[in-house]
Amino acid sequence: MSSTAAIRPGHLGDRRTLKKRFADAAAPYLYSAPVLILIVTVMLVPLVLGISYAFRDVQLLKPFSGGFIGLDHFVTLSKDQAFYRALRNTLWWTGASVVLQFVFGLILALLLDKPFFGRAVVQALIFLPWAVPSFLAGLNWAWLFNPVVGPIPHWLFSFGILPAPSNILSDPQLAMWGPIVANVWWGIPFFAITLLAALQAIPRDLYEAASIDGAGALRRFLSITLPFLAPTIAITVLLRTVWVSNFADLIIVMTNGGPADRTQIVASYIFTQAFKRLDFGYASAIALVLLVLLITYSMLIVVLRQWLLSKD
Amino acid sequence: MTGKRVLAIAAHRVAILIYLVFALFPLYWLLKVSVTPNKLLYSEGIRMWPSRTSFEHFDFVLKHSDFPIFFKNSLIVSGSTAIIVTLFASTAGYALSRFQFRGKYALIGLMLLTQMFPLVMLVAPIFKILSPLGLTNSLTGLVIVYSAFNVPFATFLMQSFFDGIPKDLEEAAMIDGATQFGAFRQIILPLTLPGIAATLGFVFTAAWSELLFSLMLISGNASATFPVGLLSFVSKFSVDFGQMMAAGVMALVPACLFFLLIQRYLVQGLTAGAVKG
Repeated sequence: MSSTAAIRPGHLGDRRTLKKRFADAAAPYLYSAPVLILIVTVMLVPLVLGISYAFRDVQLLKPFSGGFIGLDHFVTLSKDQAFYRALRNTLWWTGASVVLQFVFGLILALLLDKPFFGRAVVQALIFLPWAVPSFLAGLNWAWLFNPVVGPIPHWLFSFGILPAPSNILSDPQLAMWGPIVANVWWGIPFFAITLLAALQAIPRDLYEAASIDGAGALRRFLSITLPFLAPTIAITVLLRTVWVSNFADLIIVMTNGGPADRTQIVASYIFTQAFKRLDFGYASAIALVLLVLLITYSMLIVVLRQWLLSKD
Repeated sequence: MTGKRVLAIAAHRVAILIYLVFALFPLYWLLKVSVTPNKLLYSEGIRMWPSRTSFEHFDFVLKHSDFPIFFKNSLIVSGSTAIIVTLFASTAGYALSRFQFRGKYALIGLMLLTQMFPLVMLVAPIFKILSPLGLTNSLTGLVIVYSAFNVPFATFLMQSFFDGIPKDLEEAAMIDGATQFGAFRQIILPLTLPGIAATLGFVFTAAWSELLFSLMLISGNASATFPVGLLSFVSKFSVDFGQMMAAGVMALVPACLFFLLIQRYLVQGLTAGAVKG
């Protein structure tokens, strides 16, 4: 860039370079201005507003609401049994979903890492669930679990797992498995894709050298594959945990939190408070608590990682 | 030794087959019920393929329901969002890839932040902001909201594509007298066409799938998008499984088309996304 400024014939050239220098300095800001404006107005401002709602009485159906009420929402929240249940359900939903997605995603990535005939086509088909809109994935699985049109209850019945071909989504004990299965189906491709990319970056001659030295398949996996994948695994699991705990679509579509709040997670509880009860203040207070919990979780992971690194 | 090897290969293929069946069976079932005539729906409930197929459900959904409107609305919203986001993300991604400037890391930090906090937090305040502007119950409102939600990821994605293009190209063009913007538009953008296609695909699919904000912001059928329409259809006529699944198949088609278009770039895109946000 600066090489062009070296040619400056006289007075006019000076002015032109000054103008050009100004344009150069402004360029990155002009290029990123639209994105910045969009993010600030549609995400940052509502975020700050939402945090303020947590301390105000904001109800859509009450026209004169909006006054400052201090910590009232949080006092109510601390006695809200439905919230504690949602918190426990969130742990169960997130833990089960992420662990299963990760394990099956890792196995799939390892399977796809080996060349075989038709791999490209098979890979595209196996990753297809990722492209299915989440609401449709939820509906699709809700239908599969429905004994009227779906085969799953009949299969479970004939395997003796269910005493009758009933809908597990209306069984309080089992209902959470419905959205979890749908989530695993939907989320395996994400893990498989990211882990596959990391696998393909491992130098192949490492495996050859290990084979020559007499290392078996398990040994090669434990001493080469796993250490190479570790950073990718750590970051994807961390990000996915945060993401899945906020992911309410499947639950809202499949069970709407029911039966008897057994599948209500915090994110779907927030949505229900805002969407059904139109109590924006209370919804924002729960959301703020969720935000604090997620930040704490992320910080814990970062600190844990530092501690593990410094121990070595 | 060879016997063991054959066994290992067989186990590998069987495992792949199990994954394939698990991935495709739900979609297969959706398709199957959508072409099962109503009379056979219950009598042949768990047969793998009905003894007779018909397109009566598709016919009904296309002619006697609001689904064509939902479909059109979703197409408008997802298409506009994809174009706007790709446009904005390509300039911002270019800035992040090519310039060192004051506030660059603040911008990156801001974009990372937007990827971390729960979007459900914004449901209430966004409704409150858009309502007096007349942007609730409007497709424009949805386009604005979806654009903002998707632009950070799209920017990182575009940046990773720009990073792959050598800097010498536009420097050479600028020595030849092109302006920075001219070089960007005429030299660099055409080279990132695959990246632009991938970004369009990602954003289109994301906007096509979004549920919570369209449920909150849209009421009434006139401006309902596909998810809202399908869900209200499900809660109202929950016995018409054939029709619902026919509508479901129709919602699936654009998403799958875009997926096929972009799946070559999936690995690149998702790794960029996973590492940066």
